[in-house]
Amino acid sequence: MIEWISGLLLMSGSFFMLVAAIGVVKFADVYSRMHAITKAASLGMILMLAAVILLFPTAMVVIEAILTLLFVVMTAPVGTHMIARIAYKMNVPKGMPYVVDEMDPDL
Amino acid sequence: MMNFFTFALFFSSTCLTFSLFLGLYRLLIGPTLPDRIIVLDLVASLVMGLVLVFAAKSGKTVYLNAVVVIALLSFMSNIAFAKYLRRQIND
Repeated sequence: MIEWISGLLLMSGSFFMLVAAIGVVKFADVYSRMHAITKAASLGMILMLAAVILLFPTAMVVIEAILTLLFVVMTAPVGTHMIARIAYKMNVPKGMPYVVDEMDPDL
Repeated sequence: MMNFFTFALFFSSTCLTFSLFLGLYRLLIGPTLPDRIIVLDLVASLVMGLVLVFAAKSGKTVYLNAVVVIALLSFMSNIAFAKYLRRQIND
């Protein structure tokens, strides 16, 4: 039973990472690609860590998995935000006309 | 007949490896430098997933330490690239 649940969690987690990679290839500009990576890959990491916790329910594994989860969930938005700011300041072209652009100096 | 868990391990490692190749494609053709930097972020996540699958396959929990270290290093490399690019812009 545990093996079924954790197998399903592993498969769905890796599927979400595959979705993130497909988004990286298909999307039009840097900002959309960042959006694909950060959300989908974080969700995939959460699901796969849950699968490993279910497989090995010892205290050490649970502590390490929760630590990794905290790092991923806390640091992925921060790092992506910094890269996005720098990309905007480098004048990386937009792939589509945006509805709102709050860093535009003319606004 | 293949066990379901074996099939799950096979499926997830196949998905992750294929995603690595997709990331490599974007890394090669990516038009700007930030494209390549975010692909490094993606590759760190994929390697963490592969290590998790390998830990589930081999039954050894030692490999989880590698996942923690990769999580820290990918954030550090992001910050380092951001600092480098900011210095390049300000000059």
